[in-house]
Amino acid sequence: MPTLRDIRKRLKAIQSTKKITAAMKMVAAAKMRKVQDRMLNFRPYAQRMELVLSDLAKVSERQIHPLLDLRPKKTVEVIVITSDRGLCGAFNTNILKAAGNYIHTLQKEGVALSLSVVGRKARDYFRRRNVPRRQAWLGLSGKVTYTNAQEIAGDLAENYTKETVDEIVVIYNEFKSLIAQKVTITKLLPIGAIETEEARKEPFMGGDFLYEPTREAIFERLLPKYIEIQIYRALLESSAAEEAARMAAMENATKNCSELITKVTLLANKVRQASITKELMDIVGGVEALKD
Amino acid sequence: MEKESKLKLDIVTPYGLIFSEDVEEVTCTGSEGDFGVLPGHEFFFTTLKIGMLSYKKGNTTKYVFVNWGYAEVGPDKVMVLADSAEKSEDIDVERAKAAMKRAEERLKKAEEFDFARSTSSLERAVARVQIAEKFR
Repeated sequence: MPTLRDIRKRLKAIQSTKKITAAMKMVAAAKMRKVQDRMLNFRPYAQRMELVLSDLAKVSERQIHPLLDLRPKKTVEVIVITSDRGLCGAFNTNILKAAGNYIHTLQKEGVALSLSVVGRKARDYFRRRNVPRRQAWLGLSGKVTYTNAQEIAGDLAENYTKETVDEIVVIYNEFKSLIAQKVTITKLLPIGAIETEEARKEPFMGGDFLYEPTREAIFERLLPKYIEIQIYRALLESSAAEEAARMAAMENATKNCSELITKVTLLANKVRQASITKELMDIVGGVEALKD
Repeated sequence: MEKESKLKLDIVTPYGLIFSEDVEEVTCTGSEGDFGVLPGHEFFFTTLKIGMLSYKKGNTTKYVFVNWGYAEVGPDKVMVLADSAEKSEDIDVERAKAAMKRAEERLKKAEEFDFARSTSSLERAVARVQIAEKFR
């Protein structure tokens, strides 16, 4: 039987834990709103960029730029985007499980793997499993900038152009809603027929374009940009999803704390009552004994 | 080309949609020189450099600062994908002037390594100031 003091101590601990989780929830909510705003502002740009590129890709030949080059799939680069910190529910577990499965299928197909990770959690996971890793970008979650995306995209484009990898796949959490994240696996390169929903409905602009300066020069600038944009979008989605997941996890933790507090308070009351009753019995017993 | 009387002008940047309205005429700084667009224009795709974009709507002409990007032009659409863009009324003149001064000083010192960067930031600042003053 725990003493009253032990129980009170426990109660205190739970109460302060609850305060922490509640505060973390607020912080996650604020951060998420910020990332979400940026994501919403960025979306029109990304969508239009896709439209433009799908217009151009229709009329272009693949040899025009190394990033459009199609090669037999021998080495596949997999980029796994996770968070740097935990306490966000199943966010990282889901991603890593999906990545593990994907890598497994690649190995079955006999395709060589080149792995890059974004986020401390992914790095630690693959390090524990002794999976060799090519690149790791850390410290991005929560403060993604376009420069980060440029850096990653530049590295990827370089490797693709050098033909060290023949396909690039990104695995990340897509922000669906406040309560739902979806693990998404997208092929970044080679740029296939770019098909967005809008582009499929109607070609944005048909017809032959006049190019200025030249088509080659335009592709030279546009394609790297396209990759940057895709990476940036994935990073933003992942950050927003991470904060949403953390918010939900902290919400649950706070709820569980409240439940525990009720239970432990009840227990403390019972123990206190029991000790009072016991003392009373002692006194009554003593009085009875003196009577004789 | 069929008779179109309006152009849909969209200006988007990574930081948001800056502008999306129907206008009658657009003038823009392309990397190979300025060009004007009227409804019924040929299909045209160009890169843009730091400069000014102006559009006419009714009797008013307005100016937008554009910092690198692309323009895709069709008979009834102009789409500008810029690295950044500001409407003339949103330009922070004080900041632009300060940036201009900074860039000039750096250029005077003629440090080789960031010559390109200073030149382009000077160009940006000058364009911003010009546009902001035109509007006033």
